[in-house]
Amino acid sequence: MLYREAGQFKASYQEDQQIFPIRQDRMGFAAILAFFFLVVPMIADQYWLQAILIPVLIFSLAAIGLNILTGYAGQLSLGSAAFMAVGAFGAYNFMLRIDGMPFIVGVVLGGLCAAAVGVAFGLPSLRIKGFYLAVATLAAQFFIVWALVKFPWFSNNASSGVITAQRVEILGYAFDTPVSKYLLTLAIVAVLALLAKNLVRSTTGRSWMAVRDMDVAAEVIGIRPMHAKLTAFAVSSFYCGVAGALYAYTYLGTVEPEGFSLDLSFKILFMIIIGGVGSIMGSFLGAAFIVLLPIFLNVVMHSAFGGSMPAGLGSNLELIIFGGLIIFFLIVEPHGLARLWQLGKEKLRLWPFPH
Amino acid sequence: MSFFFEVLIGGLLSGVLYALVALGFVLIYKASGVFNFAQGAMVFFAALTFVGFQQVLPGWTGLEAGGRTVFWLAFVLALASMVVLGILTEKVVLRPLVNQPHITLFMATIGLTFLVEGIAQAIWGANVHGLDLGIADEPIEWVMDSADIIVSKFDVFAATLAGALVASLALFFQYTKVGRALRAVADDHQAALSIGIPLQHIWAIVWAVAGFVALVAGLIWGARSGVQFALTFTALKALPVLILGGFTSVPGAIVGGLIIGASEKLAEVYVGPMVGGGIEGWFPYVLALGFLLVRPEGLFGEKHIDRV
Repeated sequence: MLYREAGQFKASYQEDQQIFPIRQDRMGFAAILAFFFLVVPMIADQYWLQAILIPVLIFSLAAIGLNILTGYAGQLSLGSAAFMAVGAFGAYNFMLRIDGMPFIVGVVLGGLCAAAVGVAFGLPSLRIKGFYLAVATLAAQFFIVWALVKFPWFSNNASSGVITAQRVEILGYAFDTPVSKYLLTLAIVAVLALLAKNLVRSTTGRSWMAVRDMDVAAEVIGIRPMHAKLTAFAVSSFYCGVAGALYAYTYLGTVEPEGFSLDLSFKILFMIIIGGVGSIMGSFLGAAFIVLLPIFLNVVMHSAFGGSMPAGLGSNLELIIFGGLIIFFLIVEPHGLARLWQLGKEKLRLWPFPH
Repeated sequence: MSFFFEVLIGGLLSGVLYALVALGFVLIYKASGVFNFAQGAMVFFAALTFVGFQQVLPGWTGLEAGGRTVFWLAFVLALASMVVLGILTEKVVLRPLVNQPHITLFMATIGLTFLVEGIAQAIWGANVHGLDLGIADEPIEWVMDSADIIVSKFDVFAATLAGALVASLALFFQYTKVGRALRAVADDHQAALSIGIPLQHIWAIVWAVAGFVALVAGLIWGARSGVQFALTFTALKALPVLILGGFTSVPGAIVGGLIIGASEKLAEVYVGPMVGGGIEGWFPYVLALGFLLVRPEGLFGEKHIDRV
């Protein structure tokens, strides 16, 4: 009843092609943005901001990156964490070595480093595909982490390879409280997510999807697979790189190369499977799900066992539930939570009189 | 010069171990077109189950701990668990995903990896266990005397075992009715179904055989480095071997294993010091990647032709 588009007429191409063609969607989206920008900083405490909201936002960005590559361009990658590492260390080095480097520019340059590395490791995708490529991206995962540990230049000669992020400062304003860091992260993620949403609707995005669905046919109709695949790798790595830089600067503060392990790559892959492959919205849902699930499990386990929880049970249970959920989603709902969201909206349109 | 040969032989022998794990991948891929990322977890599960039974059996049955009977009983029970695991996988994970894109199946096996790792540790605990197969890890004396090269008895035993396993599997695939059915299923699920090959039986058989291979690999790796979570990483060692040898070739797994094992050790010893060492982790991948650019289907893989 509330969610019905009757009476909303589209009189121009622009109106027909907007991201949210339905008025209620536009209003809902604006309300969500307003809620996260204005209300959340007032009501959320430090724990929620630092331990939940900021990581969810950062992982959403990384998941968008992987989703562009895997969901839209069909190139499976197991090395997303490595590209995050490149972004983090890239941004760190730009800010360390160039005096007066603005934060945003440093982060973007870090992202561009990741994009360059991503293209380099994406080159094999021109000849190989499917899980051959998935295995090949493992090369990126292991090589990059190794290189960051082995060459102390990257971490400014810190013996352990750990970097401590510089103070985040934009135009003289220092971002050092959780609220300000949260707002900064939210702003960057919101802008980039909007860009991604538009990008996948553009010619570039359509050529990615054509290559994903059938690369030979795409080539026949005049799409250059090489161009499509490499741009997908570049954009995807850029997003992962920016996510990595934020991971270092607004979330953890200090990071080491080993933090960007294969496990993190898998986590990001799980986010897009559970959230929805080929959906920007799904990246957010998946990231929130994967970050919240362990916390939720922990709470449940503690109330179930109290203090006498057997050691190791929690982490094993987490593995089992993660694994089970992946299989469950692939079988039952291959399009993930985003699809459920979409179904909900479709049901809402007919409500209260479903035919 | 003898140092070079020592490194080379050491590398070749460890390559055999990689090949053993890679073999599990090839089996499942060959017979069902599924790239089973969970093979490493299966190796871990098999070894942990074996050791677990070895420890609890004396208490249950009153048999002498560490004896031969307990060993074989544990082996049989572990094998049975692997068969059950394989059949369950087929029923719960694979059957609902028939005819899905290969990538979906691959991602499902990543989920399976986590599931199996979690279950294995939930049942048997996360402690590191020793495993004794009764073959000492000591140099063979006459080789040391005559050629001045250290070759471990254990490695030679492992290599022989792997060789025998590969030979029998190759024969099985080539000359038996089941083997032929397996190859048919691998080529095309739907076509195989339509000519009356019972898909679920074939898959159950293949997962059971892969479970057996995982058990053998797990026992050998476990005896070498202890039964612990790190066993799951054997899968990561086996992947470049697969790329190099081709996903569908049993001999390819062996040859790939030997090449990867040897080149990895040689690179670590001769190139490693120039760049700061520790290159074993990624060198096989980069080698395999370089190789893929020249020959995308691997050494012995089948060439794939795409049609619109």
